[in-house]
Amino acid sequence: MEFTLWDIVRNLLVGMQWTLLLSLVAFICGGVAGLLVLLARLSDNFVLRGAAKGYIELFQGTPLLMQLFMVFFGIALFGVDISAWMAAAIALTLFTSAFLAETWRGCVEAIPRGQWEASGSLAMTRLEQMRYVILPQALRIAVAPTVGFSVQVVKGTAVTSIIGFTELTKTGGMLANATFEPFLIYGLVAVGYFMLCYPLSLSARYLERRLHAPA
Amino acid sequence: MPLLRVSALHKYYGDNHVLKGVDLSIEEGEVVALIGRSGSGKSTFLRTLNGLESISDGVIEVDGEYLDAARADLRTLRQKVGMVFQQFNLFPHLTVGENVMLAPQVVKKTSKAQARQLAEQMLARVGLGDKFDAYPDRLSGGQQQRVAIARALAMSPKVLLCDEITSALDPELVNEVLGVVRQLAKEGMTLIMVTHEMRFAREVGDKLVFMHHGKVHETGHPRDVFAAPRTAELANFIGSVMG
Repeated sequence: MEFTLWDIVRNLLVGMQWTLLLSLVAFICGGVAGLLVLLARLSDNFVLRGAAKGYIELFQGTPLLMQLFMVFFGIALFGVDISAWMAAAIALTLFTSAFLAETWRGCVEAIPRGQWEASGSLAMTRLEQMRYVILPQALRIAVAPTVGFSVQVVKGTAVTSIIGFTELTKTGGMLANATFEPFLIYGLVAVGYFMLCYPLSLSARYLERRLHAPA
Repeated sequence: MPLLRVSALHKYYGDNHVLKGVDLSIEEGEVVALIGRSGSGKSTFLRTLNGLESISDGVIEVDGEYLDAARADLRTLRQKVGMVFQQFNLFPHLTVGENVMLAPQVVKKTSKAQARQLAEQMLARVGLGDKFDAYPDRLSGGQQQRVAIARALAMSPKVLLCDEITSALDPELVNEVLGVVRQLAKEGMTLIMVTHEMRFAREVGDKLVFMHHGKVHETGHPRDVFAAPRTAELANFIGSVMG
């Protein structure tokens, strides 16, 4: 069977859609989970704080591939049948939430202590201080690194090919086996990732310049 | 009954004994100037009064609200004790008006319309009625500090703590802030100020508290204390700051 260049590109585009979808799910769910981890990490309850810290260390200190295996094979151990897609989405969400929580913690800690003292002196509770004073300011400095991290998420989706999720890399692998043209195929795969990531890098840089300029 | 009473207040930072048994009582409407060398504990002491610094031992009582090493209802205490800082600490993402409106809305659940009216009144009181919609970074240091005072006043505190509120200002801006403080004093506000403005302390203050080595070393009416300090340490201090 002969593959035309269009056949190859068409198949890769289908794989790319899954890469994009997985990235979006991981980024959005990871963002929401990351916010919860962040609040726990900054809470004045030391149990919550410790748990959040452990969570972050765990996911930052182990390879994404191992996390993926743990989710994929670990959940199967409980007799629950889990699809490659679900395992990929869960593992990437956990990974993303840990990194975003830690990035955002840095942004919160960049807010001067005087802001905490002033809002505290006005009798606000810790959550009120966060909600009305600290997070709105931290958000501004968090935008650029957050968008920048989304590039890592997109590239991170590539490892999910190993558990058989047919995203861009997996599609490329199958095509390479069928056509015996790995250089061409993986070259196109790389172009595909670049097309997803480059606009993100550009916007991160743009946002960084814009939001860091004095108001 | 005094509005604020502090007894046997101790504070340690690790092994460092910063406050070594402070006793002080302040009547409603009194204007108190806290003076002393740097490291004497005066700023730390001021910051214990609204719970920004925890205390190791002793009791603070403000208008019926107790605070000690074990328990502190900071939410209630801080509604009675306002604070203005050396570095203003305005919220940069909010307009001047919003800075003043925020705490009444969030903490006291005042409606937006009422909070707005309140903020307009407070800003007018510090002479900044026309800056409602400006952002803090558009204001001079003196104006920012006056906004900070308005923001504290909007919570109708019983006592206002002022932590070296003119020390970060250019000399020509000091007077506009002191003018506001003088006006507050005249209106009967209870004020506790850590200050280096000795002339101002003498002119406006009802009570001068000299702190030395973590203790209240000498107190008295500013006029008497400046004219005839009873202790050598205070005499020395006055000599060194008044030149």
